[in-house]
Formats: sequence, C-alpha cells, structure tokens
Amino acid sequence: MSARVLPYVLILPVTLFLCLFFLYPFILVSQQAFSNGSELTLDNFREVTSHWKFPISMKNTLLLAAVVVPIQVALALLMATMVSKMGKGRDLVLYIWTIPLGISDLAAGIIWLAIFDQSGFLNSMMHGLGVIDKPLNLLSYQHPGVVFLAIALAEIWRATAIMLVILVAGIGLIPKEYYEAAEVFGASPWKRFLRITLPLLRPSLQTALVLRVILAFEIFAVVAALGGTLFPVLMGETYAYQFDLLNSRAAAAMALIILGISIGFTLIILRVLRVPKGASI
Amino acid sequence: MTLFSKIAGVASGVALSCTAMAAQADVLFWSTQAKPVEESQAMREQVLAGAGQGVDYQPNDAGPWLTRLNAELQSGSGTIGVLGGLHGDFAAMSPDDLVDLSDLGVSSASETFNTLAMLGTDKMLYIPWMQASYIMAANKEALPYLPEGADIDALTYDQLIEWAANVHEATGEPKFGFPAGPKGLKHRFFQGYLYPSYTNGVVRTFASDDAVVAWEKFRELWEHTNPASTNFSFMQEQLLSGDAWIVFDHTSRLAQAFNDRPDDFVAFPAPAGPAGRGFMPVLAGVAIPRTAPDMEAAKALVKYMLAPETQIATLRATNFFPVVDVALPDDLPPSVQAAGAAVAKMSASPDANPGLLPAGLGDKGGEFNRVFVDAFERIVLARQDIRAVLDDEKGKLAAIMEETGAPCWAPDAPSEGACPVE
Repeated sequence: MSARVLPYVLILPVTLFLCLFFLYPFILVSQQAFSNGSELTLDNFREVTSHWKFPISMKNTLLLAAVVVPIQVALALLMATMVSKMGKGRDLVLYIWTIPLGISDLAAGIIWLAIFDQSGFLNSMMHGLGVIDKPLNLLSYQHPGVVFLAIALAEIWRATAIMLVILVAGIGLIPKEYYEAAEVFGASPWKRFLRITLPLLRPSLQTALVLRVILAFEIFAVVAALGGTLFPVLMGETYAYQFDLLNSRAAAAMALIILGISIGFTLIILRVLRVPKGASI
Repeated sequence: MTLFSKIAGVASGVALSCTAMAAQADVLFWSTQAKPVEESQAMREQVLAGAGQGVDYQPNDAGPWLTRLNAELQSGSGTIGVLGGLHGDFAAMSPDDLVDLSDLGVSSASETFNTLAMLGTDKMLYIPWMQASYIMAANKEALPYLPEGADIDALTYDQLIEWAANVHEATGEPKFGFPAGPKGLKHRFFQGYLYPSYTNGVVRTFASDDAVVAWEKFRELWEHTNPASTNFSFMQEQLLSGDAWIVFDHTSRLAQAFNDRPDDFVAFPAPAGPAGRGFMPVLAGVAIPRTAPDMEAAKALVKYMLAPETQIATLRATNFFPVVDVALPDDLPPSVQAAGAAVAKMSASPDANPGLLPAGLGDKGGEFNRVFVDAFERIVLARQDIRAVLDDEKGKLAAIMEETGAPCWAPDAPSEGACPVE
C-alpha cells in the first residue's frame, strides 16, 4: 500500500465509528431541536430559554466551571511539577492521585454525599468533636452556598486527575537542557517554572483545558447526587426535559445550547493558548 | 487448550443458548411499577409464578420504559408482551399503539376506572390493574401533641399545622415530612389534596384567591417541615429514621414503615380544607403494545393479572389494592391493613371531596406536573410572591390545556372543550 493512502486507511475505522455513533445521532438531534414535527422553527429554543429556571441553571453551570476549572489547573500544575521532581515512588504517587479518575461521576457524587449528608461523616465528626450539638442538614435549600461548595469540592477531587495525567506527560517532554541552561544563569525555581515549564507546557495545557472545560459544562451526576433539584444545571434540565417531561425536542435544543457553549469556549482556549506554527518542542 | 476446558466451554455454550431460548419464550412484562428490588422479586415469585406460562418481569423508570417501548413501536417489531404502568404512562402514548382489549372480558369493578382506561376513545386500551392512594402517617410519639379536640381521623389543615407546630416546639425540630425530593410525588399533593381541599378545583381555580390562601397555608406548614424534605422521596425512610414524625405520601411508599414496626406508626386520612377533604386515587393498568410478539400469550397474561387470587397476591407484593370485587383475607401485611383502613375512612368521611387523575393530557402530563412543582419551588422554597407566581404559571397551564384540549375532571366543574383556567 502506498504511503499516501495508508494514513487514511488507518483512520478509517475511527472515522466510521464517529460518523455512525456521533455524527449521525448529532444530525438527528439537530433535526429534532429545529423542528416542531412538520416545519423548521426556533420554538424549542424559545421554549427552553424562556423557562424561569434557564437563567439560573446557566448561571450555576458557568459559575461552577469558573470556580472549579482554575483551581484544577493550579492544582494539576502543582501536582505535575511535584511528580516530575520525584525519583523513587513517583509511579505510586501518580497511581494514587489518579484513583478518582477510575470512579464514575455518580459514585463520586455518592461518596461526597456520604460525607455531607445529615447523618454523614462530616456531621458525625463535628458532633464527636463537640463542635455541634446535633447533626446539621448541610445540603438543604437553606444553605445554597454549602451545596455549591460540596459540588465544587467533589468535582475538584474527581476531575483534577485527568488534567494531571496530561500535564505530567507534557512536562516529561520538556528537554532537560533548558532547565540546565536556566540554572547556569541563576534563574530561581519560580522563574524556571514561569519562563520554561509554563510556555513549553502550552500544548498540553491547551488539551487539558479544552477537555476539562467541555466536561465542566456537561456536569450532571455529581450535581444530581449532591444537590438534587436544589442546584439546577443545564445538563440536569436537559435530562428533565427528556425523561420527566418527555419533550425530546426541548431536550435536543438544550443539548445544542450546551454544545454551542462548549464550542465557543473551546475556540477561545485554542485561540488564547495557541502554539505558533513550528514552535513546538 | 486442554480437552477438558474445551468440553467445559462447549457445555457452558450449550447451557447459555438453552437459557437464551427459554427466555425468548417468556412473555416480557415491561413495567413502571413494583420497581424496588423486594417488590419486583415478590412479583416474580408470588404473583407471576402461577401464570401458567413463563413471564419475564422487568420494571424500569418511566423514562427508559418509554424509550424502549417507542423504539420497538417505531421499528415495528418488538419483544415486549405486556405493559404495566400508571394511567399517566399510558395517557402519554398514542392510542393507536395499544391493542384494543374491549373483548377480553375482564375489567375493573369501578366504571370510573374503566372509562379512564379508554383514554378518550371508545375502546379499552388498558385494563385497570391495581390502585392505591395517598395518605398521612405519623409516629405514635407525635400523638400526644395533637391539638386539643382534634380527631386524627378528621383533621383539618389548620389542625395539622397546629399539630406540626406543637411537635416542632416540643422537640425543637421541625418534624413534618413532605416528599419534595427529585423522585418525590409532591405534585400529586398539590393536584389531588391541597387544591381540591381549598379551591374545589385544580385547573379552573389554579390562580384563584382561594389558591393564594392554600399556598399561604402550605407555607405555614412548611415552617414546621423538616427542611431536608427537598431530598425525601420515600417517606417510609424518614418515618423509620425518626427524621419525620408526621408525613404525607403514597401508600406503597409508606408500607415498609408499617411492615417493619407496625406498633410504632398510625395511618390516617388526609386533612380537610374549606372545600372538603380532597383526595385522589392512583391507578395502574396493564396493556399490550401493537408490536407484542405473541398476542395470545400476552392476552392470557393480562387476564391472569385480573383474576381475584392474582389481585390478592399483587396486593401482598406491591401494596396496591385490587380493582376487582374480591374479599380481602385477614392475614394481610400490617401496611395493607393500615393503609386500607385509612383510605376507607377518607372516602367515607362526610366531607370527602374525591378527585380524579388528570386525564386527556396525553404526553403533556409531565409539563402539567411541572407547573405545580415550579409553583412549589418558587412560592415555598424561593419565597416569591404567591399572586405573581400563580399569574405567571397560569399562562403555562392554560397553554397546556388548550394544546391538549383536555376537558375538566373532578373536582373541577365539567367543561365543554378544553378546561379553562379562570
């Protein structure tokens, strides 16, 4: 087989798979979102965006992403730098840090529910230490801040590892010579991190951010487990349209809105963190 | 591979294909009811074991239930033999997709139920299968705090609020429990209990002045309601844990409390308001989709479900009551006895104001419920102005009624054409 054809043959299975299980359903969903059964219309979008919960769930989703993702970037950078400096035990630490990655998001939500619940670990601990007289109901509509905090914590715990893995791989690719040269010129560790690690990590950071931000807009199970209906998010509303209200068209419209936001942010990240052509390591 | 492992492999392969073939011959009973593991196991072992044919009982949530059913209907060939679901589940389907069961020779003893089962056509599209209702239950520790002169079997909403307030004051904790969780049946309380009791209607009176009073009363009750109620879906759990002492819920969602500790709890009728003691039935039915693989076997199973002995066995398994005339045996589980007595008192009370299930809403049933859930979340949780919320939600309710053209149902006064929101 000629070298010109081979790459296309190799990506053929993946392409077919994506066409069948992504592109085709995507076309069907778009059709549903823009039709009312007979003609093209924007009614479905009008319907979902005019509901009183839409601005709240939009705000919640964006707020959650805005709080969680920067913390995760900082944490993942810190952890990746630590791991890359390690000699012995590096693999062990890396494995332990990536355990949450192997846990489904619903299970992660339930683990944190066991902590924050009225009869959960946090309450029994505080009770045992004598901080409180009786168990507090933390995850209630009266404490929206605590609900938000619990969800943010669960998300940070659960999904930092995916960025960590990508960044560890990226740091491993940075040639040692740069650091040696910087040391010769007397650059402090902080300066080396700012001037060498961060710029050369840009492609990995880009990938990690795109992946993480898209996942942040799709947050669902953790919120469902911890917040129930107290903390509406876009994906939860989509589920409600599909399965509680049996309104597939509205659900399709919601799904496309989430897709639109994801694409928008992906483009922004790609643009801001772009790597000039030929400048890669 | 050794010879032994080869033989073992072949043997297990044969065994697998045998079970696969056996499973194929079973009638698939695809249901939204009896979902908890113990209940579905009881359905299989105690109810369906005597069906005279293999039955594969598979319960699921209403969403996935409908998704699979619709997929089979769209493809034109199916594996589901018999459908089990609530009236609302069937109402959301197209009548053409259900087989006409009028000439099967079985029906409910209640003409109201039989009419509901026609889904607005002149054919029996499902057969009423079992019924339940919503009642109140309380921990016996709460009884000393009943307001003076109050009869637990004839409470009013004012007395209920006072009772909950007394308990709140005495224990320092709000002990009223309300199933306001994501899977809770709160919307039925508003549609079948609060609204009929205060406004003698549901749709017509949605935004009336009486409705404002009803919501004010409910806000008062909420002051003494465990704030964790927004996570409660099956009140039996909170009764047993002691987080709630006085609760409202579906009879089968209270059953475990009575069965586990029959001496600790009492069941009693729902309270009454100025317009009487509003209450509402729950009706489940069995139907056959037009894509059923073996029509005769499916029809035989539907007939079997309506037999008196099966109905009693179903009552034991699911805490849903028979829809046919049958003498109940004396050795029923405590939950059934308690719930049965409470429902009987409720229907026999002089101020009874029985409502019907929403009918004619088609697949808008979910949106109809959402109007009430939204009103609850806005008025009670977000503490928005009652009048403003009702006037806002009223438009959505009116749009649903106009779109579906559903006529009024009790206790609303009958309408010509779509039920108007006044």
